[in-house]
Amino acid sequence: MTAQQIIFLIVALYTLGSALMVVTTRNLVHAALWLVSTLFGVAVAYALLNANFIAVVQVVVYIGAIAILFIFAVMLTRKDMRDAGPQMNSNWWAGALVAVLVFGGLTSLLSGWSGFQNTAAALPSGFDAISLLGESLTSPEAFVLPFEVASVLLLAALVGAVYVAFNKK
Amino acid sequence: MNEWIYVALFIVVGLVIPIGAIGAGFIFGPKKANPIKESTYECGIETVGESWVQFKAQYYIFALVFLVFDVEAVFLFPWAVKLGQIGLYAVIEGIIFVAILVAGLVYTWRKGMLEWV
Amino acid sequence: MSFWNDPLKVAADWLEGVFAGWGMDAILAHVLVAFLGVFLLITILMVLDIFLVWIERKVVARFQDRLGPNRLGPFGLIQPFADIIKLIIKEDTTPGGADKVVYNLAPVLSMMSVLILWAVVPIAPVMLGTDLNVGVLFLIAAGAIGTLSIIMAGWSSNNKFAMIGGFRQVAVMVSFEVPMLAMLMIPVIFAGSMNMNAIIDAQNVWYFFISPLGAVIFLIAAIAELGRAPFDLAEGESELVSGFNIEYSGMKFGMFYAGELLHAFTFGGFWAILFFGGYRFFGLEQVSPFLAILILVIKAMLGYWVIMWVRYTMMRIRIDQMLGFNWKFLTPLAFALLLVTALMNALLAGASTWLYVFGMFLANVVTGWIALEIARSATRKERASVEGPKPVEAHH
Repeated sequence: MTAQQIIFLIVALYTLGSALMVVTTRNLVHAALWLVSTLFGVAVAYALLNANFIAVVQVVVYIGAIAILFIFAVMLTRKDMRDAGPQMNSNWWAGALVAVLVFGGLTSLLSGWSGFQNTAAALPSGFDAISLLGESLTSPEAFVLPFEVASVLLLAALVGAVYVAFNKK
Repeated sequence: MNEWIYVALFIVVGLVIPIGAIGAGFIFGPKKANPIKESTYECGIETVGESWVQFKAQYYIFALVFLVFDVEAVFLFPWAVKLGQIGLYAVIEGIIFVAILVAGLVYTWRKGMLEWV
Repeated sequence: MSFWNDPLKVAADWLEGVFAGWGMDAILAHVLVAFLGVFLLITILMVLDIFLVWIERKVVARFQDRLGPNRLGPFGLIQPFADIIKLIIKEDTTPGGADKVVYNLAPVLSMMSVLILWAVVPIAPVMLGTDLNVGVLFLIAAGAIGTLSIIMAGWSSNNKFAMIGGFRQVAVMVSFEVPMLAMLMIPVIFAGSMNMNAIIDAQNVWYFFISPLGAVIFLIAAIAELGRAPFDLAEGESELVSGFNIEYSGMKFGMFYAGELLHAFTFGGFWAILFFGGYRFFGLEQVSPFLAILILVIKAMLGYWVIMWVRYTMMRIRIDQMLGFNWKFLTPLAFALLLVTALMNALLAGASTWLYVFGMFLANVVTGWIALEIARSATRKERASVEGPKPVEAHH
């Protein structure tokens, strides 16, 4: 096991552990904070892949905006922040069965993948991901139309949120 | 990946130093807990009501508008990096992008969502 | 390379040689030397933080026409150490009903978010924490962790005032990040890279002269990000009795307080790096890295001075005025300036340096003037609608 694999294993276990705590903890704000920890683990995974820009964007957008939105939403809607009822309902065996089947299916599908034995190709030297991203976002042969449509999508999200909140007011 | 090792070291040391400082406070300070010392502060009187306040919906609206502009800024950063080399039509594309979202801000403004009260 | 030219590499190589002599693996030795370097930098920063407390108190005293601490030691220099000792020997209380883990984690995260900012600050041409090619966005990412720590502090204290103060502070910090993001893009446009070192290298003319309005808007947004006056509603003692850090005492409060001062100094440093050329000063920085560090510290101190000056001169603004100012004036202005800068950058692409600087400067001044005129006319309209028509005076 190379050092990189060990580090990735640690990060993956940390992320999965945090995700498990998100769904099992009873206090809602604690769940939101465990979600922050999970998102941070994903950002570290991006950093391990040398995707610097995406790692930093993950922290800026997910932790800096979405997690804060979650915490505000939790505090806006609940007076009592603790879940009082039982954690599992009577159909827990069906959920467990589906989870085991999906896990088995995924494992059998991935066991034949050659990616586990080969290491990824090294990035060419002087590889500037942000430069390439900027070029592809603005050049007419690449993704300029999705770039503009993304802004329309954001506008739709903003208008929708304002409409929903306005009705509540 | 080498660069991120430094960031990881900074995070580790950045966590160790405050924990060390607060730990020093914990070690060197007296530990005489009594219920009056640990009661909630409310300008020197007993607390009135619970400590949960009615959360204003405005906090959520501002966080939401910030989220939209944050994602917009994330899209604009690669655009800004490449701007010097691409020329005028990238500027036009950027103007369209920002104009659509500023129109959204104006809509939010006119609907009165940006007021605090 | 001599010690004078590249001290850090010489020391690092020597140390790595020592560790390899002890039979340590090469990569582990490298990581250990990096760890020691980081530890040294952060220790220096904490000592600097202590002196920032002294500087702050002396400066506020002079602004208020008094002397400031002058009992302990010459010019009161020992005063911050006395403060630290006092904070350490205070009792470490946790308020009853507070959420213990979150309550104790908040000051740690707050201080950590300030310390990791120094990972991307280029101290000298050859000494750099990390040459991250997204250094500019890293600034915002560290700010996001700081914002989270304030929510944690406000919520976990189990205190109405702390909750209100914390949420208001976060609403302000989050709102003012939008113009800051837009203004961070301006040095990126000029330098063509998000790397802090590249931005410094590209500043043959300081970006303050190319985009003065951008520097001013960045400063305003940074002061709001820091939670200092005139945007310090969370700490307004007359309003919210210290806001989110009511229930904190002892070293935990010390972490918040010292963290805020160090954060202000760090933002002074970033203002210097992004708009005033960082460690560059007409070629002096090539002489020795120590000189480059000195230049950067002096510029950061000047930026910190401006931040302190604003704090001790202006009154606190109300929360609705703050948010209205941000979303109705500063954000549209920031994006308009960004687009004007992008347009002028494309139009003046091939021009000589002086024409470029002059054209950009003019564009900035014109944009600022138009924005102020719009704001002025809006104010006149609002004042007229509130006051009613002026009575016609009889002329004799």
